[in-house]
Amino acid sequence: MSFSWARPYEPKNPVMRWIDERLPLPRLVYGAIGGGYPVPRNLNYFWNFGVLAGIFLTIQIVTGIVLAMHYFATTDGAFNSVNQLIMRDVNAGWLLRYAHMNGASFFFIVTYIHIFRGLYYGSYKAPRELVWMLGLVIYLLMMATAFMGYVLPWGQMSYWGAQVITGFFSAFPLIGEPLRVWLLGGYAPDQAALTRFFSLHYLLPFVIAGVVILHIWALHIPGSGNPTGVDVKTERDTLPFHPFYTAKDGWFAAFVLLTYAVVTYFAPDYLGHPDNYIPANPLATPAHIVPEWYFWPFYAILRSFTIDFILPAKLWGVLAMFGSILLLFFLPWLDKSPVRSGAYRPVFKRFFWLLVIDVLILGYVGGAPLNWWRTALGQLASAYYFVHFLVILPLVSAFETPEQLPTSISDSVLHGEEAEAAPAGQTKPRRGSVATAG
Amino acid sequence: MATKAQSAEGPATTESGGDGVRRRDFLNVAAVSFAGVGAVATLGPLIVQMSPSADVLALSTTEIDISKVQPGQGIKTQWRKQPVFVRNLTPKEIADADKVSLSDLRDPETLAQRTKPGHKNWLITLGVCTHLGCVPLGIGDGENKGPYGGYFCPCHGSMYDTAARIRQGPAPKNLMVPDYKFLSPTTVQIG
Repeated sequence: MSFSWARPYEPKNPVMRWIDERLPLPRLVYGAIGGGYPVPRNLNYFWNFGVLAGIFLTIQIVTGIVLAMHYFATTDGAFNSVNQLIMRDVNAGWLLRYAHMNGASFFFIVTYIHIFRGLYYGSYKAPRELVWMLGLVIYLLMMATAFMGYVLPWGQMSYWGAQVITGFFSAFPLIGEPLRVWLLGGYAPDQAALTRFFSLHYLLPFVIAGVVILHIWALHIPGSGNPTGVDVKTERDTLPFHPFYTAKDGWFAAFVLLTYAVVTYFAPDYLGHPDNYIPANPLATPAHIVPEWYFWPFYAILRSFTIDFILPAKLWGVLAMFGSILLLFFLPWLDKSPVRSGAYRPVFKRFFWLLVIDVLILGYVGGAPLNWWRTALGQLASAYYFVHFLVILPLVSAFETPEQLPTSISDSVLHGEEAEAAPAGQTKPRRGSVATAG
Repeated sequence: MATKAQSAEGPATTESGGDGVRRRDFLNVAAVSFAGVGAVATLGPLIVQMSPSADVLALSTTEIDISKVQPGQGIKTQWRKQPVFVRNLTPKEIADADKVSLSDLRDPETLAQRTKPGHKNWLITLGVCTHLGCVPLGIGDGENKGPYGGYFCPCHGSMYDTAARIRQGPAPKNLMVPDYKFLSPTTVQIG
């Protein structure tokens, strides 16, 4: 995989050489995230968020394993094990719990930026369709994991979130209600549901880690994309991942982790909901049920169907909500423009930003209590979401005249200076590069 | 090479009958089918363990005492861990429910169909909104009963009338009437 000029692994340390000859794991790591992976030299900061998502997945797994050592998955004990034992009695338990809570939010923040990076720069286009689709699988797994994790403290929002979300399944005709009862192991969320959610909440992050490996593997076949969307042509277009991008990712990760620490220490409950500090009560629904913020846009789509039209409104809502994500699997074929990067697509660019605004509106509507104008706004924004992907994108890719693309990545960022254009580590320009410079 | 390939296929060709079916084909099909049936059978326990367990099903009947519920009042109780609304309707509420024409209803049912003969004032339903399972308001004193005088679900704004029938909002069905019977005029068994 990768490019012909990728540096081969040449271990200098005899121990590493000994290992590499028997199990080429060091070679694999070197070729994947070391000096052996050539990366386009023009990546901007939006390319840092994949690594950040990996960092937050690691944080969630580490803090989660530790929290599981103190958590009781029983309907009687869960709330107190979180809010009394972990938050007050376990040494540093409060920190681990808040780190896990906010780690989930940050995981979603960086993942959303990562997804919108992909949408803007056409990262889903050939030959990276599978990278995109594996990413969507990771995102779906993240949503399932986050939902089940939110149920575990067994507060009011946990309980009613579980009730509402498992209620989605009862929307399907005939099989819906039996399916819901089967998933919950009862007629309402109770002990059986809590125990299985805990089991799956522990399992799924490792499944995510597995799909992340596939995601990176598929990415490393064509190599990373870049802001121009132009393919890598020569060694002048790339830099080795290490030390160049490890350094850039490193400082940026430190910056984001600092933000994460500020939120965790100074506003740990800002992104949560106060009702989840009330123990679950199966007989009283909170006045205003909302999911966690990262589900708000989907919740708005769910709620925007209020009238029966052939199928019941409830089923439409559920279908539209699932459809809004499944739709993204078809994106590589909905957007047929051969130009990858939105930077060279004047019409696409405008509609991209409209989509961002649309999703923000959906998020606002999904998180706020319903009234007549929010319902109408949510309906409009939901409709626009689907129109964007199903109508606007195919039309734009058919009729738009893209701007002139640069001839190569190095041309787009360098100014013709030979020394600057030389591949990393070589001070003198190679023979033949003079003719193409400038 | 040619001779080797021939000798490898040799025994199989000699074993095939006149119809071209080889003994090895049968063995392959039999072995894969056996393993396949075994694998599917193994899934059985893995699937049924998810269904409600015996202790959950053991709670499937509940007796409730309704002697203290005055007309216009209601109580909230539990059956199979789900809330149940027991409401003693006033004559006016009964009349309101009977006034509605069935063609105006999303899930057409009369109050008489939703209550037991001779106990038309006792409206017993699950307190589970048929939209996404929230507990509607309206059973307790002073709670919002919604514009139709029955129940109002705060989650997504479904509104039920005095027979707990869906009138407005996203819910597709009326509040479910569980199986129940009157053991005595003041005792009801649900389930």
